[in-house]
Amino acid sequence: MAIKSRPVYAGFNVDITAQQHVLALEGQGADALLEKLAGGHPMLERAEILYVATGSDHDAALRALGAANYWLAPTAEALRDRLSEILAHATMCTRLYVAGTEGFIGSIVQLAADFGIANASIIKEFRGSQQRRVQCVHCKGFNDNVTISPFQCVHCDLHLFVRDHFSVRLNAFQGVCINAETPDIIPPSVEMYR
Amino acid sequence: MIHPEIIVRVTDIAVVAESIKQFTFERVDGGSMPVFAPGAHIVVSMDDQGKLRRNPYSLMSSPSDSTSYQISVLRVVESRGGSAFMHEHVDVGDTMTISHPIDLFPLHATAKRHVLIAGGIGITPFLPMMEVLNESGQVFELHYSMRSRRRGAFLSELERRYGSRVSAEVDDEGGRLDTRKLLIDQPLGTHIYVCAPLPMIDLVFGVARELGWAEENLHREVFLAPPAGTPFYTNLAKSGTTVYVAEHQSLLESIEAAGIDVPYLCRGGACGQCETTVIDFDGQLMHHDIFLTDDENVSGTKIMPCVSRFVGASLTVEL
Repeated sequence: MAIKSRPVYAGFNVDITAQQHVLALEGQGADALLEKLAGGHPMLERAEILYVATGSDHDAALRALGAANYWLAPTAEALRDRLSEILAHATMCTRLYVAGTEGFIGSIVQLAADFGIANASIIKEFRGSQQRRVQCVHCKGFNDNVTISPFQCVHCDLHLFVRDHFSVRLNAFQGVCINAETPDIIPPSVEMYR
Repeated sequence: MIHPEIIVRVTDIAVVAESIKQFTFERVDGGSMPVFAPGAHIVVSMDDQGKLRRNPYSLMSSPSDSTSYQISVLRVVESRGGSAFMHEHVDVGDTMTISHPIDLFPLHATAKRHVLIAGGIGITPFLPMMEVLNESGQVFELHYSMRSRRRGAFLSELERRYGSRVSAEVDDEGGRLDTRKLLIDQPLGTHIYVCAPLPMIDLVFGVARELGWAEENLHREVFLAPPAGTPFYTNLAKSGTTVYVAEHQSLLESIEAAGIDVPYLCRGGACGQCETTVIDFDGQLMHHDIFLTDDENVSGTKIMPCVSRFVGASLTVEL
């Protein structure tokens, strides 16, 4: 069953009116752009591409697009720092694109909000693992790349059941202690999200 | 009652510019006015010799003043009767009926910068907006286009109060808003708000879209006057009755005259509140609103009775 609270990502479409295109790509998110722009596109003359590989290998293909600017970021954190620098000097004639896993997309949406960019005006495409970013409702710590439920919180060690509810504000699903009344019983973990 | 109303007394009328009068309303029962957010409007009901007229006007008074409301009315040359009635038949001491405030033109709290663009009488919603933006220390600028300084209501007061944040473009001094220049370098997080005649809104939005602005950052307020046209009949399926829409009457007005309550907010073709399902028609729907999409217009299944009309043999709507 679809999760109502989970964002729906419309997919990449080039906004040809934008004077500047800023693209944040994570892992397989690079394919969203490469598939769209196979054969080149005039937007590349005004495009700034930031890419973090996280296990995938699109560096050469992205470099070959010949965008006005291209940068292979060592980490997602470094990518976000560079993006902040770019947005701090950008005008309203700029269009922001993001592709990758849900947690990455959400982190860019949150960063963009600080610059007054509305969520709806960001062009997004989901690519990659269905793994979830989960906030422990008890210690409030975030757990990235969760694929099983229940799982053990890396911050407080509680065994958390992953609820099917996504918070856009927190950019996370919620994890709730599965055995609070029966701490000696630990239900087996099942792989839920690949 | 779907439209709660307030009985008010006109306590002041002032000429604030050529063809523009400012009206002050206070409650007859001496109570406080409802709190409103900048950008809100009220609908003023007028009893014009037994004929009910209802026109929307932006609130221009201070949102922190709960003792009265103020509006300003431009005497329109081609008036359907509303602005002429306000200018010629309303006197200090008169009792009138107004709606509660309705806000279809709010400020956006996530904006980093607000660019306000007024055309003529479209200045009114920006008065409370600027007051609130100024008090909360937000960044804003006003671009005020007018035919002549004599027509530029409140300009000198705004210049005195807000200094260089106000710029005036005066037609008969050769001034003209350079929209492209204004919009091309605005930093991320800027929102534009336009209250002006429709062609000016279209121009500003058109330039913004050409430059790649996000739709989420474009805001406008416009109240279209219902156009006159050939009289026609409309069957109201649920009510089981037929209304006659005269040349200078809107479909909404004719339905109200038959004693049937229709939801509405702007009465000017912009908000979508009075959207009505068309069950059947033989003829042509004359869409004058800016709410329905082109696809919806072509589908012939919807009409906005506040401004749109019909030409042909028969029209049946779901009311």
